[in-house]
Amino acid sequence: MQQIINFIIRNKTFLLFLLLFSISVIFTIQTHSYHKSKFINSANFITGGVYNSVNDINKYFDLNTQNKLLIEENNKLKSLLYNRNSNPDFNYIDSLTYVNSYRFTIASVLKNSYSSVKNVLLINKGSKDSIKQDFGVITSKGIVGIIDNTSKHYATVISILNPTSKISAQLKKTNHFGTLTWNSKSPFFTQLFDIPKIAPVKAGDTIVTSGRSAIFPKGIPIGTIHDFKLDAAENYYEINVKLFNDMTSIEHVYIIENVDVEEITNLLNNNLNE
Amino acid sequence: MNRVVSANTTRFILLILVQALVLNHINFLGYINPYLYILFIILFPVKNNRMLFIFLSFILGLTMDFFLDSGGIHAAASVSIAYIRPVILKFCFGTVYEFQTVKFDTVAFSSKVLYITILTVIHHFILFSLETFNISKVIFILQKTFFSSIFTIILCVLVTIIFSRKTK
Repeated sequence: MQQIINFIIRNKTFLLFLLLFSISVIFTIQTHSYHKSKFINSANFITGGVYNSVNDINKYFDLNTQNKLLIEENNKLKSLLYNRNSNPDFNYIDSLTYVNSYRFTIASVLKNSYSSVKNVLLINKGSKDSIKQDFGVITSKGIVGIIDNTSKHYATVISILNPTSKISAQLKKTNHFGTLTWNSKSPFFTQLFDIPKIAPVKAGDTIVTSGRSAIFPKGIPIGTIHDFKLDAAENYYEINVKLFNDMTSIEHVYIIENVDVEEITNLLNNNLNE
Repeated sequence: MNRVVSANTTRFILLILVQALVLNHINFLGYINPYLYILFIILFPVKNNRMLFIFLSFILGLTMDFFLDSGGIHAAASVSIAYIRPVILKFCFGTVYEFQTVKFDTVAFSSKVLYITILTVIHHFILFSLETFNISKVIFILQKTFFSSIFTIILCVLVTIIFSRKTK
Protein backbone atom coordinates (compact mmCIF):
# COMPACT_ATOMS: atom_id res chain seq x y z
CA MET A 1 0.00 0.00 0.00
CA GLN A 2 2.80 2.31 1.08
CA GLN A 3 4.56 1.63 -2.21
CA ILE A 4 1.49 2.39 -4.29
CA ILE A 5 1.07 5.76 -2.57
CA ASN A 6 4.77 6.47 -2.98
CA PHE A 7 4.51 5.62 -6.65
CA ILE A 8 1.57 7.98 -7.11
CA ILE A 9 3.33 10.82 -5.30
CA ARG A 10 6.54 10.28 -7.25
CA ASN A 11 4.82 10.22 -10.62
CA LYS A 12 2.04 12.70 -9.90
CA THR A 13 2.96 15.00 -12.80
CA PHE A 14 3.02 12.16 -15.27
CA LEU A 15 -0.27 10.77 -13.95
CA LEU A 16 -1.93 14.19 -14.19
CA PHE A 17 -0.66 14.52 -17.75
CA LEU A 18 -1.96 11.05 -18.60
CA LEU A 19 -5.36 11.81 -17.06
CA LEU A 20 -5.81 15.12 -18.88
CA PHE A 21 -4.51 13.68 -22.14
CA SER A 22 -6.94 10.75 -21.99
CA ILE A 23 -9.84 13.11 -21.19
CA SER A 24 -9.05 15.17 -24.30
CA VAL A 25 -8.67 12.08 -26.47
CA ILE A 26 -12.06 10.81 -25.24
CA PHE A 27 -13.62 14.17 -26.16
CA THR A 28 -11.96 13.91 -29.57
CA ILE A 29 -13.26 10.42 -30.21
CA GLN A 30 -16.77 11.51 -29.23
CA THR A 31 -16.80 14.06 -32.04
CA HIS A 32 -16.19 11.24 -34.54
CA SER A 33 -19.64 9.82 -34.04
CA TYR A 34 -22.76 11.65 -35.07
CA HIS A 35 -24.58 13.56 -32.29
CA LYS A 36 -22.22 12.49 -29.53
CA SER A 37 -20.33 15.71 -28.75
CA LYS A 38 -22.55 16.69 -25.84
CA PHE A 39 -20.14 18.66 -23.71
CA ILE A 40 -17.60 20.47 -25.90
CA ASN A 41 -19.49 22.80 -28.22
CA SER A 42 -19.60 26.51 -28.84
CA ALA A 43 -23.34 26.80 -28.15
CA ASN A 44 -22.80 27.86 -24.57
CA PHE A 45 -23.21 31.16 -22.78
CA ILE A 46 -19.59 32.35 -22.97
CA THR A 47 -18.40 31.36 -26.46
CA GLY A 48 -21.83 32.01 -27.97
CA GLY A 49 -21.92 35.43 -26.32
CA VAL A 50 -18.44 36.35 -27.55
CA TYR A 51 -19.22 35.27 -31.12
CA ASN A 52 -22.56 37.06 -30.98
CA SER A 53 -21.14 40.42 -29.94
CA VAL A 54 -18.37 40.23 -32.55
CA ASN A 55 -20.88 39.25 -35.22
CA ASP A 56 -22.89 42.38 -34.38
CA ILE A 57 -19.98 44.37 -35.80
CA ASN A 58 -18.85 41.99 -38.53
CA LYS A 59 -22.21 41.71 -40.23
CA TYR A 60 -22.00 45.30 -41.47
CA PHE A 61 -19.03 44.45 -43.69
CA ASP A 62 -21.08 41.92 -45.59
CA LEU A 63 -24.26 43.91 -46.17
CA ASN A 64 -23.79 44.36 -49.91
CA THR A 65 -23.46 40.67 -50.75
CA GLN A 66 -26.28 39.71 -48.42
CA ASN A 67 -28.59 42.30 -49.98
CA LYS A 68 -27.78 40.95 -53.42
CA LEU A 69 -28.60 37.43 -52.27
CA LEU A 70 -31.90 38.58 -50.82
CA ILE A 71 -32.87 40.36 -54.04
CA GLU A 72 -31.99 37.27 -56.07
CA GLU A 73 -34.17 35.14 -53.82
CA ASN A 74 -37.02 37.66 -53.92
CA ASN A 75 -36.76 37.71 -57.68
CA LYS A 76 -37.03 33.94 -57.82
CA LEU A 77 -40.02 33.85 -55.47
CA LYS A 78 -41.78 36.69 -57.31
CA SER A 79 -41.41 34.90 -60.62
CA LEU A 80 -42.85 31.76 -59.05
CA LEU A 81 -45.73 33.72 -57.55
CA TYR A 82 -46.80 35.59 -60.68
CA ASN A 83 -46.20 32.77 -63.15
CA ARG A 84 -48.23 30.11 -61.44
CA ASN A 85 -51.42 29.01 -63.11
CA SER A 86 -53.81 30.76 -60.80
CA ASN A 87 -57.48 30.79 -61.44
CA PRO A 88 -58.99 34.22 -60.71
CA ASP A 89 -62.36 32.63 -59.93
CA PHE A 90 -60.74 30.60 -57.21
CA ASN A 91 -62.66 31.94 -54.24
CA TYR A 92 -62.79 29.09 -51.78
CA ILE A 93 -59.96 27.96 -49.56
CA ASP A 94 -58.97 24.39 -50.15
CA SER A 95 -57.95 23.58 -46.61
CA LEU A 96 -56.18 20.39 -47.66
CA THR A 97 -53.44 22.25 -49.51
CA TYR A 98 -52.78 24.50 -46.52
CA VAL A 99 -51.59 21.80 -44.16
CA ASN A 100 -47.98 22.72 -43.60
CA SER A 101 -45.68 19.90 -42.67
CA TYR A 102 -42.55 22.09 -42.55
CA ARG A 103 -42.02 25.10 -40.30
CA PHE A 104 -39.33 27.66 -41.13
CA THR A 105 -37.29 29.87 -38.75
CA ILE A 106 -34.67 32.42 -39.77
CA ALA A 107 -31.27 32.66 -38.07
CA SER A 108 -27.85 34.27 -38.61
CA VAL A 109 -24.58 32.43 -38.63
CA LEU A 110 -22.27 33.60 -35.81
CA LYS A 111 -19.34 31.33 -36.53
CA ASN A 112 -18.61 29.66 -39.82
CA SER A 113 -15.78 27.20 -40.45
CA TYR A 114 -14.82 25.44 -43.65
CA SER A 115 -11.07 24.82 -43.49
CA SER A 116 -10.99 22.24 -40.75
CA VAL A 117 -11.56 18.50 -41.18
CA LYS A 118 -14.84 18.54 -39.25
CA ASN A 119 -16.72 21.78 -39.68
CA VAL A 120 -19.36 23.08 -37.30
CA LEU A 121 -21.34 26.33 -37.53
CA LEU A 122 -22.88 28.35 -34.73
CA ILE A 123 -26.24 30.12 -35.19
CA ASN A 124 -28.10 32.59 -32.99
CA LYS A 125 -31.29 30.60 -32.38
CA GLY A 126 -31.62 28.01 -29.64
CA SER A 127 -34.03 26.01 -27.55
CA LYS A 128 -35.82 29.24 -26.60
CA ASP A 129 -36.93 29.53 -30.24
CA SER A 130 -37.93 25.83 -30.09
CA ILE A 131 -34.95 24.71 -32.16
CA LYS A 132 -34.09 21.08 -31.47
CA GLN A 133 -31.56 18.50 -32.58
CA ASP A 134 -31.97 17.12 -36.12
CA PHE A 135 -33.62 20.15 -37.70
CA GLY A 136 -32.35 20.94 -41.17
CA VAL A 137 -30.53 24.19 -42.04
CA ILE A 138 -30.58 25.69 -45.55
CA THR A 139 -29.92 28.98 -47.32
CA SER A 140 -31.77 30.38 -50.30
CA LYS A 141 -29.30 28.56 -52.57
CA GLY A 142 -28.95 25.13 -51.00
CA ILE A 143 -28.45 23.03 -47.91
CA VAL A 144 -26.05 23.91 -45.09
CA GLY A 145 -26.32 21.18 -42.45
CA ILE A 146 -28.20 19.68 -39.52
CA ILE A 147 -28.66 21.08 -35.99
CA ASP A 148 -26.55 19.27 -33.42
CA ASN A 149 -26.40 20.82 -29.93
CA THR A 150 -28.70 23.56 -28.67
CA SER A 151 -28.41 25.86 -25.68
CA LYS A 152 -30.94 28.49 -24.64
CA HIS A 153 -29.94 31.10 -27.24
CA TYR A 154 -27.53 29.31 -29.57
CA ALA A 155 -27.26 26.13 -31.58
CA THR A 156 -24.43 24.35 -33.37
CA VAL A 157 -24.92 23.05 -36.89
CA ILE A 158 -23.05 20.04 -38.31
CA SER A 159 -22.11 21.41 -41.71
CA ILE A 160 -22.34 19.27 -44.84
CA LEU A 161 -18.56 19.82 -44.83
CA ASN A 162 -18.23 17.27 -42.03
CA PRO A 163 -17.54 13.57 -42.58
CA THR A 164 -20.01 12.59 -39.81
CA SER A 165 -22.97 14.12 -41.66
CA LYS A 166 -24.64 11.75 -44.09
CA ILE A 167 -27.50 13.25 -46.04
CA SER A 168 -29.80 11.41 -48.39
CA ALA A 169 -29.65 12.99 -51.85
CA GLN A 170 -30.89 12.10 -55.30
CA LEU A 171 -30.68 13.07 -58.96
CA LYS A 172 -33.22 15.72 -59.84
CA LYS A 173 -34.49 14.14 -63.05
CA THR A 174 -34.74 10.53 -61.85
CA ASN A 175 -35.34 9.14 -58.37
CA HIS A 176 -32.04 7.32 -57.91
CA PHE A 177 -30.78 8.25 -54.46
CA GLY A 178 -27.51 7.98 -52.57
CA THR A 179 -25.62 9.33 -49.54
CA LEU A 180 -23.91 12.69 -49.50
CA THR A 181 -20.67 12.89 -47.46
CA TRP A 182 -17.51 14.97 -47.53
CA ASN A 183 -13.93 13.83 -48.07
CA SER A 184 -12.41 16.80 -46.11
CA LYS A 185 -10.70 18.27 -49.18
CA SER A 186 -12.33 21.26 -50.86
CA PRO A 187 -15.13 23.36 -49.29
CA PHE A 188 -16.73 23.72 -52.74
CA PHE A 189 -17.27 20.01 -53.45
CA THR A 190 -18.97 17.14 -51.62
CA GLN A 191 -19.18 13.50 -52.60
CA LEU A 192 -22.30 11.49 -53.42
CA PHE A 193 -22.06 7.70 -53.06
CA ASP A 194 -24.30 4.71 -53.75
CA ILE A 195 -26.00 5.97 -56.90
CA PRO A 196 -26.66 2.74 -58.83
CA LYS A 197 -24.82 2.14 -62.08
CA ILE A 198 -28.08 2.06 -64.02
CA ALA A 199 -28.85 5.74 -63.27
CA PRO A 200 -28.33 8.18 -66.17
CA VAL A 201 -25.55 10.31 -64.68
CA LYS A 202 -24.15 13.22 -66.68
CA ALA A 203 -21.83 16.07 -65.71
CA GLY A 204 -23.85 19.20 -65.02
CA ASP A 205 -26.96 17.39 -63.72
CA THR A 206 -28.58 18.81 -60.59
CA ILE A 207 -28.50 16.96 -57.25
CA VAL A 208 -31.31 17.65 -54.73
CA THR A 209 -32.29 16.30 -51.32
CA SER A 210 -34.38 13.16 -51.51
CA GLY A 211 -36.84 13.79 -48.67
CA ARG A 212 -36.28 10.28 -47.33
CA SER A 213 -34.77 11.34 -44.02
CA ALA A 214 -37.59 13.37 -42.38
CA ILE A 215 -35.07 16.22 -41.92
CA PHE A 216 -35.07 17.97 -45.30
CA PRO A 217 -38.11 18.19 -47.58
CA LYS A 218 -37.69 16.73 -51.04
CA GLY A 219 -36.13 18.88 -53.74
CA ILE A 220 -33.86 21.33 -51.89
CA PRO A 221 -30.99 22.05 -54.29
CA ILE A 222 -27.52 20.83 -53.32
CA GLY A 223 -25.29 21.22 -56.36
CA THR A 224 -24.39 19.99 -59.81
CA ILE A 225 -22.39 16.94 -60.88
CA HIS A 226 -18.78 17.96 -61.52
CA ASP A 227 -17.31 14.58 -62.36
CA PHE A 228 -18.04 10.94 -61.56
CA LYS A 229 -16.53 7.46 -61.68
CA LEU A 230 -17.59 3.91 -60.80
CA ASP A 231 -16.48 2.58 -57.39
CA ALA A 232 -14.12 -0.38 -56.93
CA ALA A 233 -16.89 -2.97 -57.28
CA GLU A 234 -18.20 -1.16 -60.40
CA ASN A 235 -21.79 -1.23 -59.15
CA TYR A 236 -22.23 2.30 -57.86
CA TYR A 237 -21.14 5.75 -58.92
CA GLU A 238 -18.94 8.02 -56.82
CA ILE A 239 -19.95 11.53 -57.81
CA ASN A 240 -18.16 14.82 -57.10
CA VAL A 241 -20.86 17.43 -56.48
CA LYS A 242 -20.12 21.13 -56.93
CA LEU A 243 -22.16 22.94 -54.29
CA PHE A 244 -24.55 25.78 -55.17
CA ASN A 245 -23.85 27.32 -51.79
CA ASP A 246 -20.62 29.16 -51.22
CA MET A 247 -19.97 27.57 -47.83
CA THR A 248 -17.19 30.05 -47.16
CA SER A 249 -19.62 32.96 -46.90
CA ILE A 250 -22.93 32.28 -45.18
CA GLU A 251 -24.83 34.88 -43.20
CA HIS A 252 -28.58 34.24 -43.12
CA VAL A 253 -29.99 30.72 -42.94
CA TYR A 254 -33.40 29.08 -42.62
CA ILE A 255 -34.06 26.32 -40.12
CA ILE A 256 -36.57 23.70 -41.26
CA GLU A 257 -38.64 21.81 -38.75
CA ASN A 258 -40.54 18.78 -39.96
CA VAL A 259 -43.77 18.90 -37.95
CA ASP A 260 -44.56 15.27 -38.68
CA VAL A 261 -41.19 13.93 -37.58
CA GLU A 262 -42.59 12.34 -34.41
CA GLU A 263 -45.27 10.51 -36.32
CA ILE A 264 -42.76 9.26 -38.88
CA THR A 265 -40.23 8.01 -36.32
CA ASN A 266 -42.98 6.32 -34.27
CA LEU A 267 -44.18 4.52 -37.33
CA LEU A 268 -40.66 3.43 -38.26
CA ASN A 269 -39.94 2.24 -34.71
CA ASN A 270 -43.19 0.24 -34.63
CA ASN A 271 -42.16 -1.46 -37.81
CA LEU A 272 -38.75 -2.26 -36.36
CA ASN A 273 -40.23 -3.73 -33.17
CA GLU A 274 -42.59 -6.05 -34.92
CA MET B 1 4.74 37.45 -7.75
CA ASN B 2 1.44 39.23 -8.16
CA ARG B 3 2.68 40.91 -11.32
CA VAL B 4 3.55 37.54 -12.86
CA VAL B 5 0.07 36.19 -12.13
CA SER B 6 -1.71 39.20 -13.60
CA ALA B 7 0.56 39.26 -16.67
CA ASN B 8 -0.13 35.61 -17.39
CA THR B 9 -3.86 35.96 -16.80
CA THR B 10 -4.03 38.85 -19.26
CA ARG B 11 -1.94 36.91 -21.75
CA PHE B 12 -4.23 33.88 -21.37
CA ILE B 13 -7.42 35.85 -22.11
CA LEU B 14 -5.92 38.03 -24.85
CA LEU B 15 -4.39 35.09 -26.71
CA ILE B 16 -7.67 33.13 -26.62
CA LEU B 17 -9.65 36.09 -27.95
CA VAL B 18 -7.12 36.91 -30.69
CA GLN B 19 -6.96 33.26 -31.70
CA ALA B 20 -10.73 32.67 -31.76
CA LEU B 21 -11.78 35.94 -33.37
CA VAL B 22 -8.94 36.84 -35.74
CA LEU B 23 -6.43 34.09 -36.44
CA ASN B 24 -8.91 31.28 -37.07
CA HIS B 25 -10.41 33.22 -39.94
CA ILE B 26 -7.20 33.76 -41.91
CA ASN B 27 -7.39 30.46 -43.86
CA PHE B 28 -4.35 31.34 -45.95
CA LEU B 29 -4.40 29.28 -49.19
CA GLY B 30 -7.59 27.61 -48.00
CA TYR B 31 -6.51 25.90 -44.81
CA ILE B 32 -3.37 27.38 -43.24
CA ASN B 33 -4.03 29.02 -39.88
CA PRO B 34 -1.50 30.08 -37.26
CA TYR B 35 -2.11 28.87 -33.69
CA LEU B 36 -0.63 31.73 -31.71
CA TYR B 37 -2.31 30.75 -28.42
CA ILE B 38 0.51 28.28 -27.62
CA LEU B 39 2.60 31.38 -26.88
CA PHE B 40 1.07 31.17 -23.39
CA ILE B 41 2.72 27.77 -22.88
CA ILE B 42 5.97 28.92 -24.52
CA LEU B 43 6.34 32.03 -22.36
CA PHE B 44 5.04 30.61 -19.07
CA PRO B 45 7.61 31.29 -16.28
CA VAL B 46 10.24 28.58 -16.00
CA LYS B 47 10.14 28.52 -12.21
CA ASN B 48 6.69 27.10 -11.74
CA ASN B 49 4.47 24.55 -10.13
CA ARG B 50 4.49 21.86 -12.76
CA MET B 51 1.05 20.44 -11.91
CA LEU B 52 -0.53 23.89 -12.12
CA PHE B 53 1.22 24.58 -15.44
CA ILE B 54 -0.06 21.35 -17.01
CA PHE B 55 -3.55 22.01 -15.70
CA LEU B 56 -3.57 25.59 -17.05
CA SER B 57 -2.44 24.33 -20.45
CA PHE B 58 -5.32 21.87 -20.41
CA ILE B 59 -7.79 24.67 -19.63
CA LEU B 60 -6.26 26.80 -22.42
CA GLY B 61 -6.62 23.99 -24.95
CA LEU B 62 -10.12 23.14 -23.80
CA THR B 63 -11.22 26.78 -24.16
CA MET B 64 -9.94 26.72 -27.73
CA ASP B 65 -11.92 23.52 -28.30
CA PHE B 66 -15.06 25.19 -26.99
CA PHE B 67 -14.60 28.03 -29.44
CA LEU B 68 -13.77 25.82 -32.40
CA ASP B 69 -16.13 22.86 -31.71
CA SER B 70 -13.18 20.55 -32.18
CA GLY B 71 -13.67 17.97 -29.43
CA GLY B 72 -10.43 17.73 -27.43
CA ILE B 73 -7.68 18.11 -30.00
CA HIS B 74 -6.32 21.46 -28.77
CA ALA B 75 -6.43 20.30 -25.14
CA ALA B 76 -4.49 17.12 -25.97
CA ALA B 77 -1.83 18.96 -27.98
CA SER B 78 -1.43 21.72 -25.35
CA VAL B 79 -1.13 19.28 -22.44
CA SER B 80 1.50 17.30 -24.33
CA ILE B 81 3.78 20.25 -25.03
CA ALA B 82 3.31 21.51 -21.46
CA TYR B 83 4.43 18.11 -20.16
CA ILE B 84 7.53 17.83 -22.34
CA ARG B 85 8.54 21.50 -22.07
CA PRO B 86 11.28 20.97 -19.41
CA VAL B 87 13.11 18.52 -21.69
CA ILE B 88 13.06 21.01 -24.56
CA LEU B 89 14.11 23.88 -22.30
CA LYS B 90 17.10 21.82 -21.18
CA PHE B 91 17.95 20.95 -24.78
CA CYS B 92 17.74 24.54 -26.04
CA PHE B 93 19.11 26.60 -23.16
CA GLY B 94 21.40 24.07 -21.43
CA THR B 95 23.13 25.52 -18.41
CA VAL B 96 20.95 28.63 -18.21
CA TYR B 97 18.00 26.34 -17.57
CA GLU B 98 19.89 24.25 -15.02
CA PHE B 99 20.13 27.32 -12.79
CA GLN B 100 16.47 28.15 -13.40
CA THR B 101 17.33 31.63 -14.62
CA VAL B 102 15.86 31.58 -18.12
CA LYS B 103 14.36 34.95 -18.94
CA PHE B 104 12.78 34.86 -22.37
CA ASP B 105 13.55 38.52 -22.98
CA THR B 106 17.28 38.07 -22.53
CA VAL B 107 18.24 34.65 -23.95
CA ALA B 108 20.06 34.30 -27.26
CA PHE B 109 17.83 34.81 -30.28
CA SER B 110 18.84 31.59 -32.10
CA SER B 111 18.14 29.30 -29.15
CA LYS B 112 14.83 31.04 -28.57
CA VAL B 113 13.78 30.40 -32.18
CA LEU B 114 14.87 26.77 -31.87
CA TYR B 115 12.85 26.40 -28.67
CA ILE B 116 9.70 27.91 -30.24
CA THR B 117 10.16 25.77 -33.37
CA ILE B 118 10.40 22.46 -31.52
CA LEU B 119 7.35 23.16 -29.33
CA THR B 120 5.28 24.40 -32.28
CA VAL B 121 6.05 21.45 -34.52
CA ILE B 122 5.22 18.92 -31.78
CA HIS B 123 2.00 20.76 -30.93
CA HIS B 124 0.86 20.97 -34.54
CA PHE B 125 1.72 17.38 -35.28
CA ILE B 126 -0.39 16.09 -32.36
CA LEU B 127 -3.15 18.57 -33.21
CA PHE B 128 -3.49 17.59 -36.86
CA SER B 129 -3.01 13.87 -36.19
CA LEU B 130 -5.94 13.91 -33.78
CA GLU B 131 -7.97 16.15 -36.09
CA THR B 132 -7.54 13.86 -39.09
CA PHE B 133 -7.53 10.68 -36.96
CA ASN B 134 -6.52 8.55 -39.90
CA ILE B 135 -3.05 7.07 -40.18
CA SER B 136 -3.39 6.54 -43.93
CA LYS B 137 -3.52 10.31 -44.47
CA VAL B 138 -0.08 10.85 -42.94
CA ILE B 139 1.10 12.95 -45.92
CA PHE B 140 -1.84 15.31 -45.42
CA ILE B 141 -1.04 15.57 -41.68
CA LEU B 142 2.62 16.33 -42.32
CA GLN B 143 1.78 18.87 -45.01
CA LYS B 144 -0.65 20.69 -42.72
CA THR B 145 1.84 20.52 -39.82
CA PHE B 146 4.63 21.93 -41.96
CA PHE B 147 2.76 24.90 -43.44
CA SER B 148 0.89 25.88 -40.27
CA SER B 149 4.10 25.55 -38.23
CA ILE B 150 5.93 28.03 -40.47
CA PHE B 151 3.10 30.52 -40.03
CA THR B 152 2.88 30.00 -36.25
CA ILE B 153 6.65 30.21 -35.71
CA ILE B 154 6.97 33.47 -37.67
CA LEU B 155 4.06 35.00 -35.77
CA CYS B 156 5.32 33.80 -32.36
CA VAL B 157 8.82 35.19 -32.97
CA LEU B 158 7.41 38.50 -34.21
CA VAL B 159 5.12 38.85 -31.20
CA THR B 160 7.90 38.03 -28.74
CA ILE B 161 10.14 40.64 -30.40
CA ILE B 162 7.45 43.32 -30.46
CA PHE B 163 6.34 42.79 -26.88
CA SER B 164 9.71 42.11 -25.29
CA ARG B 165 10.77 44.39 -22.44
CA LYS B 166 14.42 44.34 -23.43
CA THR B 167 16.13 47.69 -22.98
CA LYS B 168 19.47 48.10 -24.64
